[in-house]
Amino acid sequence: MQKIGVFVCWCGSNIAATVDVKAVANALRSEPGVVFSTEYQYMCSENGQNLIKDTIRDYKLDGIVICSCSPRMHEATFRKTALAAGLNPYMVEIANIREQVSWIHKDMTEATDKAIVLGRAAIAKVKKNAPLTAGTSPVTKRALVIGGGIAGIQTALDVADAGYEVDIVEKSPTIGGRMAQLDKTFPTLDCAACILTPKMVEANQHENINLLTYSEVESVSGFVGSFKAKIRKKARFVDEVKCTGCGVCTEKCPSRKGLNEFNMGLNTRGAVYIPFAQAVPNKAVIDASNCIHFRTGKCGICEKNCSAGAIKFDQQDEIIERDYGAIVVATGFKPIDASAFDEYAYNQSKDVVTSLEFERLMNAAGPTKGTLLRPSDGEHPHEIVFIQCVGSRCSRDASKGKEYCSKICCMYTAKHAMLVREKYPDTKVHVFYIDVRTPGKNFDEFYRRAVEQYGVDYIKGMVGKVTVEGKKLRVQGSDLISNEQVHIDADMVVLATAIEPDPTARSIGTMLTASMDTNDFFTEAHPKLRPVESPTAGIFLSGVCQGPKDIPETVSQAGAAASKVIGLLSKNELVGNPCVAHANELLCNGCSQCERVCPYGAITYVEKEVRGPEFRGTKRVAVVNEAVCQGCGACTVTCPSTAMDLKGFSNNQIMAEVDAICR
Amino acid sequence: MSVNTEWKPKIVAFCCNWCSYAGADLAGSSRLSYPADVKIIRIPCSCRLNPLFILRAFQRGADGVILCGCHPGDCHYSTGNYYARRRMTLLFSMLSYLGIDSRRTRVEWVSAAEGPKFAATMNDFAKTITELGENVKLGDLRCKEN
Repeated sequence: MQKIGVFVCWCGSNIAATVDVKAVANALRSEPGVVFSTEYQYMCSENGQNLIKDTIRDYKLDGIVICSCSPRMHEATFRKTALAAGLNPYMVEIANIREQVSWIHKDMTEATDKAIVLGRAAIAKVKKNAPLTAGTSPVTKRALVIGGGIAGIQTALDVADAGYEVDIVEKSPTIGGRMAQLDKTFPTLDCAACILTPKMVEANQHENINLLTYSEVESVSGFVGSFKAKIRKKARFVDEVKCTGCGVCTEKCPSRKGLNEFNMGLNTRGAVYIPFAQAVPNKAVIDASNCIHFRTGKCGICEKNCSAGAIKFDQQDEIIERDYGAIVVATGFKPIDASAFDEYAYNQSKDVVTSLEFERLMNAAGPTKGTLLRPSDGEHPHEIVFIQCVGSRCSRDASKGKEYCSKICCMYTAKHAMLVREKYPDTKVHVFYIDVRTPGKNFDEFYRRAVEQYGVDYIKGMVGKVTVEGKKLRVQGSDLISNEQVHIDADMVVLATAIEPDPTARSIGTMLTASMDTNDFFTEAHPKLRPVESPTAGIFLSGVCQGPKDIPETVSQAGAAASKVIGLLSKNELVGNPCVAHANELLCNGCSQCERVCPYGAITYVEKEVRGPEFRGTKRVAVVNEAVCQGCGACTVTCPSTAMDLKGFSNNQIMAEVDAICR
Repeated sequence: MSVNTEWKPKIVAFCCNWCSYAGADLAGSSRLSYPADVKIIRIPCSCRLNPLFILRAFQRGADGVILCGCHPGDCHYSTGNYYARRRMTLLFSMLSYLGIDSRRTRVEWVSAAEGPKFAATMNDFAKTITELGENVKLGDLRCKEN
């Protein structure tokens, strides 16, 4: 007969005021198997824990039941207590008589009766418990960072500086991301390239960082500490080692059809190109869809002109398989497609541009070499209208826009307005806004400067329509403060388009089993207390992939994600959860149904020599990888031969609880 | 309808550890009351609920059984609640065929943030079961200990 001890907690008056704790302890003492039952003011206190420890030793208990608060609160505490007294920590069960009894019931008799029933259920369960030992798994001391923008770069640098290897996988031919496309940055107006490119170079030269550009993660298996990733390094058709980045090939290329991605498609580039002058790595890449050689088999001008002999038309994609202990998602964002906003004439006029396009038009390395010219006729604009919240805070028609605030638009619009007024003081600048949101260090001061010092005309109201009137763009809006309709004949219109997660985020989330919200932003493990971890262990979040944020916030979050990664990689092994599935080989009929429902691929089938009273021989049986199993129990219910059971929540344990409650 | 004042319904609530059990805890810490007839059994995921546990509960005299899990798409184990939803749909239709009133079985999605929903769900379910009265079906299979 097992010896069970019962400990009823008063939780001060939290439980004792509504539940007759003495009556509960007395009632449970008469349960079969119970050899000891008592109550105490605070079981979780040092004295309470000592009481438990002494009783375990004195009565040589096989299992204990604590009637107290929710197991989500103190299960771990009492398991440690049991362990300290030499009892297996999984021989502890908790009856939740606070959250489920004393806090919700007022009648003492009713509450006491319910507490007794819950105590009986816990006793019934603990009698079916078995000692469990958590397995350990090793930690691969290398991190994978998906995305090479400022978020990914910062996380990688911080992890690498702590002494761990990091691979950055970036899908485009260069790292740098969106920040590399920006001209100046708010609120200091320092140039983005000046602060970003040194970091890009540092990442490239860091002994612990390995850059995999023009590469994509194809699949990820494994679990925290032991991930296995398959990475496709796409063929650049250029030998990265030989290419010196001289750029001769990019000048000689006769194909000029490829849209320049770096300049948001405002101009074209050769089929062989280097994304921008400060690209890292500074190596050419051939865009096969626009290359004359790949289309017709002729040309080859780049090959003839490359003195380094770096052009390799026969280069193939390469698959790299590596192990990682932690994975950081830093997939970033893109502006939403403005073509859905027909009312702003984005499709009708080249002079209606998005803010990121405007950023390129203002940039010294952009298509106009930094001179602000209208894309349609190359003339200088004298009146510009900025429209904010294009697709942001858009609950009316969510198919077109986003419900959330994109957070960065108020500030970059103020920046654009200010830069235009500074460079071209003769240009009139109007900004239509719903609200101006500038909560950030030195942010509101920055916006006030745009209004007060630079004379930018802020109009509170929405723009209803933009129409093309000859060379002008007629902007019709309303001024909510003067309650008047406003008509402005502008030369250019700039749309502050909402930002959305990169289109690859969803497939990466699925690959990593990392949860996402309805907008495809990654979900954090806890919105306040665990903001840089995904609920999936070993997956961390950095930058806008988790939600809209500006550069300072992105860099802080990237550093926070790095510190979490470092914390994980500094461990030599991880202690697992012992409540995992287990197959009874004698009962298993080899049907594979459990394998199909397992969300983690933890179940495999092997031919195995099995010996039992009724069967001897070789048969196909399920084997659970305990390090991969997360203990959901999907397989246990699917199994038609009841071979599969879950440790800690076994069929017998749950059935015993049902019986005790329905007694 | 006449309800025996001595009779109290027996209601078993299976709650997944990650969402609904935490939702019940929140109902508790928010002091939101629901009838003491509801007794909760913690399971790791709604997909751990074996239909046999529900049959067992009815055989042993339960008057109503409810399963609470994470909202679709929010399962801690990604897909567990989808399995649970399909299994319960089948099981409940079979139970209904056996004569267990379909109002005696229920599935509700309650997140860890939905303490009020948890309490409201339990109040409503307990009210329904109380109105339905004692479950007599499967009575011949009942093996009550005396």
